[in-house]
Amino acid sequence: MSGLAALLADHTVRTVAGGAAILGAAAGVVGSFALLRRQSLFGDVLAHAALPGLCLGFIAAGARELPALMAGAAVTGAAAALAVLALVRFTRLKADAAQGIVLSTFFAAGIVLLTFLQTRGAAGQAGLAAFLFGQAAGMLRSDLWLTGGLALAAVGLILAFWKEAKLVAFDPTYAAAAGLPVAAIEIGLTLLVAVAVLVGLQLVGVVLITALIVAPAAAARQWTDRLGPMVALAALIGAAAGLTGGVVSATARGLATGPVIVLAASAAVALSLLAAPRRGLLWQGVAARQARRRLAGERVLATLDALARAHGDPAWPAEQGMLDAAHGAPAAGALGRLRAQGLVRPVAHPPEATPHWQLTAEGSAAAGRLRDARDDRR
Amino acid sequence: MSATPAALHEPGLALHVEDLTVAYRDLPALWDIDLDLPPGVMAAIVGPNGAGKSTLVKAVLGLVRPVAGHVRLFGRPYADVRRRIAYVPQRASVDWDFPTTALDVVTMGTYARLGWFRRPGRAERSAARAALAEVGMQDYADRQIGRLSGGQQQRVFLARALVQGADLFLLDEPMAGVDAPTERIIVELLHGLRAAGRTVIVVHHDLQTVTRYFDWLVLLNRRVVAQGPVAATYTAANLRATYGGQVALIDPGEAA
Repeated sequence: MSGLAALLADHTVRTVAGGAAILGAAAGVVGSFALLRRQSLFGDVLAHAALPGLCLGFIAAGARELPALMAGAAVTGAAAALAVLALVRFTRLKADAAQGIVLSTFFAAGIVLLTFLQTRGAAGQAGLAAFLFGQAAGMLRSDLWLTGGLALAAVGLILAFWKEAKLVAFDPTYAAAAGLPVAAIEIGLTLLVAVAVLVGLQLVGVVLITALIVAPAAAARQWTDRLGPMVALAALIGAAAGLTGGVVSATARGLATGPVIVLAASAAVALSLLAAPRRGLLWQGVAARQARRRLAGERVLATLDALARAHGDPAWPAEQGMLDAAHGAPAAGALGRLRAQGLVRPVAHPPEATPHWQLTAEGSAAAGRLRDARDDRR
Repeated sequence: MSATPAALHEPGLALHVEDLTVAYRDLPALWDIDLDLPPGVMAAIVGPNGAGKSTLVKAVLGLVRPVAGHVRLFGRPYADVRRRIAYVPQRASVDWDFPTTALDVVTMGTYARLGWFRRPGRAERSAARAALAEVGMQDYADRQIGRLSGGQQQRVFLARALVQGADLFLLDEPMAGVDAPTERIIVELLHGLRAAGRTVIVVHHDLQTVTRYFDWLVLLNRRVVAQGPVAATYTAANLRATYGGQVALIDPGEAA
């Protein structure tokens, strides 16, 4: 722990970790709405399309100046977004195909520009290639102000227009009938995704930034059924992932920040999909097993009850083989659990040496209740 | 937000539609619709699939732009009387896995009167609880909406409309895919609204129940085939004109 404290005392590490945490939190907030509006892929298009803009911004400014790079990224990102909209609107391409085409075209153009700049030696010094996978170590104090300011503004906007954003995300038709400017709010929510992408380019890189937008929201959704807690949790998970990535990559020289951040966020998703109450796979598996066991127990109880009534003896000893046959599977497990609950007991039934079972008084009562419940359902 | 409200036009009618034509791309979805609905009726809009029933509702609410014609509600354009109109969209139009509760959805009915930047408070939430109780859903207030049955979801939507305190209710297929108890609850509630002087307009799919539930009928198949009090409108000739051959099995004389 003292090692971590020493790390965080370091000026550079603090800058990087702080920037990554703020970015992660903003990505979690903005990404929650993107996820719920099924816009997850849109961030990916914007991010990949930002690469040619970064290069053009570099050419225009003649140096690695973050505002110029971001402006270039914003321009080509917007062009890509418009291209997707135009393809969907004016051709017969569906949204996923249009996004795939536009994303790869812009990214290819970006790679061509990047290699061109690198052959001239300029891009190498500017560290433009670091925008592919993110390089937090290159982050400056002034970059932090820009990054942090934009991220906080995005979160502030969502909070200010919370109920409008929620209504538009849930039920846009009703929102429009209620008089909300639905198109403007949807554009606003999409622009906020674009801001998160732009802000994240330097830290996470164009290739992986979409994961930081989707993953915290997807993880948070598993733990709660309310929007407020989901967004708050997504912000927390995003911040934790950012912090992890920032610290790890600042310590290990040359380790790209983006992949570490994304791996941390993905770990949160995996854990959530497995372990979250009610929605998690483990939880569902346990619930299904319990339901199976309860049903098996009820069936054995009902069989014993039917046999007892057929023989006019509430404590009629049934041979375990009969129960297996009626069950279509070994009844031993269910019998053991029923015995532990005091509903059945084993009895000897000479001359047969095989195991026999009979209902206890509680077992007869429980079987009667099951009968009543079944009759009610009919 | 026009400075001067539009002049009153047919103020005696709850809904007045004139020459309304809506086209998707080049295909007319609604053609030359004229409708007049007096206030206080419970009206069914009935017609075959693709007749433009939902499109008509959306055109009334200003959600689709007509290529011709106009709509007035209580004599005014929709934008001027928004608060007096409650809309219940089709249940299938939203994602029920959305992280929100029944109470929260009903509270959304108060957003319009709250306006920008104001959060719903105790008054809004208690109004929402009362609306949930009206549809018999008070015990499900805190349940995530995906864990409600279809009929319960429809009742939540209805409660969201009730909480608006509107004068006119527009419901798009509220009885589609709901169980019999829910249908009974919905119909009783709508009859209660009519008894209180409200106007209720329902896109409906079940010809068998038209005469039992409604007192006004609009038969639609891209254009208005017939409209008026159910007794006069629900005739074999009108139904045949609306549905073509599809309606051969239904004898309106018997159903009425």
